[in-house]
Amino acid sequence: MVNDTRKMVLVISVLTVIALVCVYLDLSWISGREGYPLSDVLDTIFGGGTLTSQSIILDTNAPRVLIGIFVGMGLAIAGCAMQAVFRNPLASPYILGLSSGASVGAAVSMLFTIPLIPMGIVTPVLAFITCFLTMVLVYSMSRIGGTVRTESLILSGVAVSSLLSAIVSFLTYIAGDKLEGIVFWSMGNLGNAEWGEIAFIAPVIVVCGVLLVTQAKGLNAMMLGDVHALDLGVDVRKTRLFVLVISTIIVAAAVSFTGVIGFIGLVIPHILRILLGPDNRVIMPLSMFAGASFVLICDYLSRILIPTYGTLPIGVVTALIGAPVFIYLLIRKKKEVGWN
Amino acid sequence: MTSLEVRDLKYLYDKHIVLDGVDLKIKEGEILGILGPNGCGKTTLLRNLNKNLSPEGGCILLNDIDMEKIQKKDVAKEIAVVPQTNEIHFSFTVRDIVAMGRMPFQGMLGGETQTDKEIIESAMVQTGVMKFADRHINSMSGGERQRVIIARAIAQTPKIILMDEPTLHLDISMQFDALNLVYKLSREQGLTVVIVSHDLAMVARYCDRIVMLHDHRIHALGTPEEVLTPENMKTVFNVDAELIYDKKIKKHTVLLHDSYNVI
Repeated sequence: MVNDTRKMVLVISVLTVIALVCVYLDLSWISGREGYPLSDVLDTIFGGGTLTSQSIILDTNAPRVLIGIFVGMGLAIAGCAMQAVFRNPLASPYILGLSSGASVGAAVSMLFTIPLIPMGIVTPVLAFITCFLTMVLVYSMSRIGGTVRTESLILSGVAVSSLLSAIVSFLTYIAGDKLEGIVFWSMGNLGNAEWGEIAFIAPVIVVCGVLLVTQAKGLNAMMLGDVHALDLGVDVRKTRLFVLVISTIIVAAAVSFTGVIGFIGLVIPHILRILLGPDNRVIMPLSMFAGASFVLICDYLSRILIPTYGTLPIGVVTALIGAPVFIYLLIRKKKEVGWN
Repeated sequence: MTSLEVRDLKYLYDKHIVLDGVDLKIKEGEILGILGPNGCGKTTLLRNLNKNLSPEGGCILLNDIDMEKIQKKDVAKEIAVVPQTNEIHFSFTVRDIVAMGRMPFQGMLGGETQTDKEIIESAMVQTGVMKFADRHINSMSGGERQRVIIARAIAQTPKIILMDEPTLHLDISMQFDALNLVYKLSREQGLTVVIVSHDLAMVARYCDRIVMLHDHRIHALGTPEEVLTPENMKTVFNVDAELIYDKKIKKHTVLLHDSYNVI
């Protein structure tokens, strides 16, 4: 457990302030001019405001903020769980090729007419299905003699991911006038969020996040090694499968609507581990909070960084911030993140 | 009262027989040593004893119940393990690791009770790791880590402790410290201890009974005098050795004379 409660309170307080400030900034945003003051934002949220403010704050900005919060929560806790399951600080929701899998589905949906699925939701539905099928394929491939070893899972993930990336590249190459859509999806985008999507994604992320938190104790033991976990009475095989399935559902739900947003699942758990230690009972719930805050910051930055190009894809900003942080971690904090 | 019995155990790795027809009844409160050359199935036997592996044939009975019918968590309430590997890559503190010994007794989201806290502290005091409580496990030496893992096993409040090469990472002084501690627990608290080891002298010194494995079966089972005969040691380990009684410490030890491989 965290020995220094004050440190934990400080981290939670800082995250809360960041999250609230970013929620305000993102909600009040108006393209091309100064945003709404706080009083107008609050007034509009609680039923007041003008027709314009209601349209901008409630219909455009609020869904974007909420989907960012849930996607950030989901990707961060899924990354945290994956790193624990694989005992690998490099593990992220994408190590099993999940993002490549979702990208194949998204690309196919944009290039071909898919029967039975309504046009409006064909991309998220196909991305979700192919993301989930990728996990099933990787897991099946890594079964050796009835058991699934961490090493074989990672190797299967890398192999399948390479194959799927090649398929995405091929589809991009033949995309013609659909090229922009595929490329834009692969860079992540919160801008098209709608309330219906949030109604789907919010319960999925919250329920699955809570389910992952219930595994935190077992994951702590698994971080010591499978043998240690077995000795402590953890059903390693069941726990690993459960965590992989739940994490995949989270990632599939998140990326199917917003596209691929990288580095959240990689960087957020590492930063929290450095600050508060490796205990998943602390890190997993907090990573949801921190992941949401990180996406909100990145979303705001995506709008103000290079205004001449409009709003940048969120995946570009998370990578621009996440990659340098990750390099810093690799160079300076090897021991804390488990690289000794 | 906790009983552990092996009946006609058979285990295979990739169709290769590792254990075949092993029968063994472990007595309550005894220290049992498992000896044998590399690859004879010592660790496999140990891993079957706490349900980390499932037998291909035969069964393991814990309190007269087939272990296959017992939840892994319930096995862990009775049996703790000090595994061979203690390499840990994440910066858990010593207290975190010892506290994990209470996991089998806690619910998914349940925290430590006052009793848990007292047991954890007592285990750390008994093993002398209290002074390291806030240190990161991955900054400690192999010997120190081994003591922490032993503390975790004690915090599990088991009736039986299985130790796989418990002195592998320890210097000679720490070897005695660790084994004296286990010996004391066995004698004072009635703890049953099963030790897998390559160290004939150590097993002779601490164990009440010894199982000697050879060619995937039990070659000899009994007291050190019954098992560590020159003939058995020659057959199983190919060494010329004898069991002697050290009057000064009132314990047995093994004196190695020679091996035909040694010039």
